[in-house]
Amino acid sequence: MVAAGRQSRPAAELCVGIVSVQGAVQPHAAAIAKAGAAWAQVRHPEDLDDLDALILPGGESTTISKGLERVGLYEALEAFAQSGRPVLGTCAGAILMAREVEGFPVRSLGLIDITAVRNAYGTQVDSFATVAQGELEGLRAIFIRAPQLKRPGPDVEVLARVDGWPVFVRQQNALATTFHPELTPDGRVHAALLELARKQQP
Amino acid sequence: MSDQAGNGNGGTGEATAQSFELKVGLAEMMKGGVIMDVVNPDQAKIAEDSGACAVMALERVPSDIRRDGGVARMCQVEIIESIQRTVSIPVMAKIRIGHYLEAQVLDALGVDFIDESEVLTPADEEHHVDKFGFRSPFVCGARDLGEALRRISEGAAMIRTKGEAGSGNIVEAVRHLRTIFGQMRSLQALLPEEVAARAKELRAPLDLVQRVAETGHLPVPNFAAGGIATPADAALCRSLGAEAVFVGSGIFKSGDPAVLARAIVRATTHWDQPEELVAACRGLGKPMEGIEMETLDESQRLANRGW
Repeated sequence: MVAAGRQSRPAAELCVGIVSVQGAVQPHAAAIAKAGAAWAQVRHPEDLDDLDALILPGGESTTISKGLERVGLYEALEAFAQSGRPVLGTCAGAILMAREVEGFPVRSLGLIDITAVRNAYGTQVDSFATVAQGELEGLRAIFIRAPQLKRPGPDVEVLARVDGWPVFVRQQNALATTFHPELTPDGRVHAALLELARKQQP
Repeated sequence: MSDQAGNGNGGTGEATAQSFELKVGLAEMMKGGVIMDVVNPDQAKIAEDSGACAVMALERVPSDIRRDGGVARMCQVEIIESIQRTVSIPVMAKIRIGHYLEAQVLDALGVDFIDESEVLTPADEEHHVDKFGFRSPFVCGARDLGEALRRISEGAAMIRTKGEAGSGNIVEAVRHLRTIFGQMRSLQALLPEEVAARAKELRAPLDLVQRVAETGHLPVPNFAAGGIATPADAALCRSLGAEAVFVGSGIFKSGDPAVLARAIVRATTHWDQPEELVAACRGLGKPMEGIEMETLDESQRLANRGW
């Protein structure tokens, strides 16, 4: 009834995979559809075939990590990223993309040379929304039990900050936000992912 | 409501549209996951290690409440705090229906979600908590669409079916899911001028009923609870439209809680993939004992609490 598998896809259209082990898949799917691309669920390594980009959504990073491990997706995701295709991680997804994880450690992919500190702001009662400072003007950012990013390496570009902390970072084709761009109608973070995907197309 | 003088039925924070967005946001993050009832930090650790997306702290699991009777109340503060220190995933806890002082205690503890639950003994037989005034989001149980929308109108940021907690029997959760989704489908078939009469029948606010008629879904995430005891039960709830599941007595009343917990997590993610389901159903210990609904008279049914 609520199954949302691969949608019909015109040949020229980009298709973005969304890791669907656990977490907020539907809001990302809606944002991708609004930006004019197709999307597909990723729950097994073979689901990564033919995708142009990938999203690691928010959710519980411990839960998602255990799910990735169970189905052997860690290695497949590493290979996907090495192929040069872009990856966006949001909140829990950003934790999974970091080089190092502090607080409650989980296995991460190390796609971005940065340290993620889990539950750094506190519990849900400390969740908040604000406007981030950076290239994207007026970027409204929602933080839900968010991690903090620390010690960005020399190859990491900080695209937005809140209270001095990096909240939107990029290293080559890897993008990560500690906030939830899928929960606001802004669309610019998803557009940035699709832009990177278009550059990769032959 | 929350600013009234006198007893001040309200929370410690400000009720704003922004805070409601944050509350629903956390509910969104729990989709596709399993929320497990736990009564101590050891169980919470097992739940987290098994892949739970949150734990629910309570003093006794529903099947024990059913067996032992007595008044069931909010979990002890020390236990909640020790669970918060033990796990990285969100910690939920239950309060009695209408007991806004228990809610204030949990809010001040920084609990991630408050379940105003029929599983505990109701504190107020007429009024549910005004949930907008709290910083912690609330989840509430519902048997039908009207009940779900009444709770949302009071500020609930997540709805779950009531099912029949502690029964190990999925039949009531299935009934509630089918009722809620069936009523939403039938709303969509109405002409605009027919919606007001339906709102009256549902005993729900017109604006929320109109919104469901337009979108076809609840304005907050819609999960299943009450009687889920096996991986197949969890998958069934997902296939009927539940976006995540709560498992109460099922896990820690089974022969091998860690194995069953992992299996239910797997079935919740892969509910529509038969090969994964077979693997999830393999090698499970003894499931909890179930209760046939006919053997429970109306006064023993927890789902009848609340309105």
